[in-house]
Amino acid sequence: MNSALPFIAAAALLALALGFLARRGKDMSLEQWTVGGRGFGALFVFLLLAGEIYTTFTFLGGSGYAYGKGAPAYYILAYGTLAYVLSYFMLPPIWRYAKENRLYSQSDFFVRKYDSPALGVLVALVDIVALIPYLVLQFKGLGIIVDTASYGAISPALAIWIGAIVVATYVMVSGVHGSAWTSVAKDSLILAIVVFLGIYLPYHYYGGLGSMFAAIEQAKPGFTALPAQGESVWWFSSTVLLTALGFYMWPHGFASIYTAKNATVIRKNAIVLPLYQLILLFVFFVGFAATLQIPGLTGSNIDLALFKLSVKAFDPWFVGVIGATGVLTALVPGSMILMTAATLIANNLYRVVNPSADDRQISRIAKLLVPVVALVAVFFTLKGGETIVALLLMGYSFVTQLFPALVLSLARRNIATREGAAAGIIAGVATVAAVSLTGANFHKLPWLPVQIQDLNIGIVALAVNVVVLMAVSLTMRAIAAPARVPAE
Amino acid sequence: MRSIRWLAVVPFLALLGGPFFVNRATPLILGLPVLLAWIVAWILITSLIMAVIYATDPANREDGP
Repeated sequence: MNSALPFIAAAALLALALGFLARRGKDMSLEQWTVGGRGFGALFVFLLLAGEIYTTFTFLGGSGYAYGKGAPAYYILAYGTLAYVLSYFMLPPIWRYAKENRLYSQSDFFVRKYDSPALGVLVALVDIVALIPYLVLQFKGLGIIVDTASYGAISPALAIWIGAIVVATYVMVSGVHGSAWTSVAKDSLILAIVVFLGIYLPYHYYGGLGSMFAAIEQAKPGFTALPAQGESVWWFSSTVLLTALGFYMWPHGFASIYTAKNATVIRKNAIVLPLYQLILLFVFFVGFAATLQIPGLTGSNIDLALFKLSVKAFDPWFVGVIGATGVLTALVPGSMILMTAATLIANNLYRVVNPSADDRQISRIAKLLVPVVALVAVFFTLKGGETIVALLLMGYSFVTQLFPALVLSLARRNIATREGAAAGIIAGVATVAAVSLTGANFHKLPWLPVQIQDLNIGIVALAVNVVVLMAVSLTMRAIAAPARVPAE
Repeated sequence: MRSIRWLAVVPFLALLGGPFFVNRATPLILGLPVLLAWIVAWILITSLIMAVIYATDPANREDGP
């Protein structure tokens, strides 16, 4: 027993308690459970959308990236900002359409817009293939955090089991209400902890921010600017653009738009969320502070930078507080992913097989699927080898492939047909998989200009997607014209 | 006033194009490397731009959607 353990245990209990309390006064129909009765105000929508950004990836990965690679980490700050600008214009029409048509999931949106349950199945499958590894990533992060913060007293496997049980329990009971309530605790804690660490550690070790960056520049010249090759400016710009487009294509983020009680709530958030992103700046400061203090972490161990430095700098009880924050950064996004995946399977796969099922049955099946999905994720976390790592890298690119068909469907007259949308998504996803599995990138084509070689290879998949979408849509229209009604 | 919406293009130019011109580590600006300072500055300006767009957007004056 050490003094860090009570804080970590308290975080798990707090999540469980808030998760249960969130249910009060609600009949948990599918509409309440999965989209909060479409009644959330600006604060809850803010927390749900923000909850998605501050996952274990940002906590561990953001600081690790700054620690290991320096300036390329800045891209995380930039893409979120651009995604929020897009969100001001793109999300209100999505929200309105979802409300009018009583949609529950991202897949529903495609089903209605393109009048095609089959397209819905395709979107749901892409979503699930991207979501499960994302959940695995949260569980993996949880294991690392608890193991480190408890000074090895709780093994990663035990932490993952406890975390999975806690999150599955409160998701079953309270659905998205549970996610919203627990994110209040999580965001208050992470705001306080990260800002404190980001200010304290540079002062403690270097005497200030400026002297820290000066010391880094002296020891590793150019570390805090983008390199001339590799993760260069060309890489930076193309990656920021791609990830900004894909940002709201994550199905759990997409569905959290549905919880808003009106569109103004969403537009307001486009003002506040860029500022909230600045928390990441403090995460980077921690990573940079660690660069010269605990050198030598390589490979996936760079993700330990924040905790290694904290263990060095603080008493165990405070490491426990940081660990508690880390636990919540895993559980809150985990709860949204879990709920979204269960909803997709029940609502967009099961319902297609069994069209007579009513909302009550779908709701019951979705809730029963929660522990099943959690178990699958725990299995992959504990047993998964290279495959799951490969899927993780592909997840973001997979969901980005939904962007063209989605954006086109928002236009007054959609030029894409259902066949075009499906063909584009399949072609894009296949390209992502082929490129990732073969490790292809522009560097394999030495005849290309150096700048082009540094571009994010994801652009190819998106381009293939758009070309196929257009070609198939135009062909289908030419064949069917003029009798065919355009897909609305 | 709808033309004010076009302000939203500016953050894209600044964050996608800007780094080509400000990709430097030194001098430090308010303690930050130049590129990082540029990005942080544009996050603040972006929030301001979105606030202006919000304030002038007639859609936000109705109660409903």
